Amino acid sequence: MAWNLSSERPIYAQIIEKIQQDIISGNYAPGDRLPSVRDLASEAAVNPNTMQKALTELERTGLVFAQRTSGRYITEDIIMIQKMKEEIASAHIKEFLDKMAQLGFKKQEIIDLITQLEKSDKEENE
Amino acid sequence: MSQILECKNLTKSYGTKTALANINLSLDKGKIIGLLGPNGSGKTTLIKLINGLLVPTNGEVLIDGMAPGVDTKKIVSYLPERTYLGDWMSVNDAISFFVDFYEDFDRSRAYDMLEKLNINPSDRLRTMSKGTKEKVQLILVMSRRAKLYCLDEPIAGVDPAARDYILSTIINNYAEDATIIISTHLISDVENVLDDVIFIQYGQIKLISSVDEIRYERGKSVDGLFREVFRC
Repeated sequence: MAWNLSSERPIYAQIIEKIQQDIISGNYAPGDRLPSVRDLASEAAVNPNTMQKALTELERTGLVFAQRTSGRYITEDIIMIQKMKEEIASAHIKEFLDKMAQLGFKKQEIIDLITQLEKSDKEENE
Repeated sequence: MSQILECKNLTKSYGTKTALANINLSLDKGKIIGLLGPNGSGKTTLIKLINGLLVPTNGEVLIDGMAPGVDTKKIVSYLPERTYLGDWMSVNDAISFFVDFYEDFDRSRAYDMLEKLNINPSDRLRTMSKGTKEKVQLILVMSRRAKLYCLDEPIAGVDPAARDYILSTIINNYAEDATIIISTHLISDVENVLDDVIFIQYGQIKLISSVDEIRYERGKSVDGLFREVFRC
């Protein structure tokens, strides 16, 4: 199954996000070996050169490291993974806040709205 | 030398009509390149010049430093728009034909791909649908270990599911230093596998860019850009 990639954004950036997502969600555990560039490219239905570029970038950030002969591995640095998770969460929250600001909501109103939503969700479940 | 293809002031006219005008182009090894343009823009003419089926009116085309001829045919694998195989042939016959012709043909690779696409090698081409025939042809072309593949409309006649398989076949079957030129109208289907795209119109190159550059700089897909550039 090809990866679900948007056609409007650079492919390699989306590959990076997808692999980060797979690390966060536990699809790849710390220390896991990544499939080969070819296999990943084939799975994602993208050009191997693009996959290579994305992996090189992941290597640069330290999230993935290469071992000369045996391939690429996910970092074992759990703190780094946690940090990335928080960075991505912050980005999502910032985007959300921007959208809410466009709708004219102030911070406190947003918090109230979230609390209210949570309450009604709970009631529904009970 | 890292250029697999070089065109220098390449011009081709049919009588008074100019199909290609002063094309200068050089392609690196190890890339997948989309040759994109509206109907009648000169895509097939360019591919035929590369394959020595047409002779330039002016300028020259060099493949791995050589003018098209016997030596370049050994390293260029060409998928034409139309089939040239006799329809009395079975797939087995066609494979033997290719084995005879091309030293770099990998028989086991061909049978492997046929199996994955559920094509019976003893079937005759005559009995096959248009799409299946196209798949056979592409399998033959991709089973060569060539340095340059020229695919003229490789996926036009096959259904979307088979398109995906064919594209993954292309990705999986070219050597790292081989170059693939794909001419097509079905841009959205292929753009994820392309490194670079060449837009051509009225026999001239309008744009050469990498797919990610287009997306990054313009925030749109190659397909979107194509529709904008070539709006009728």
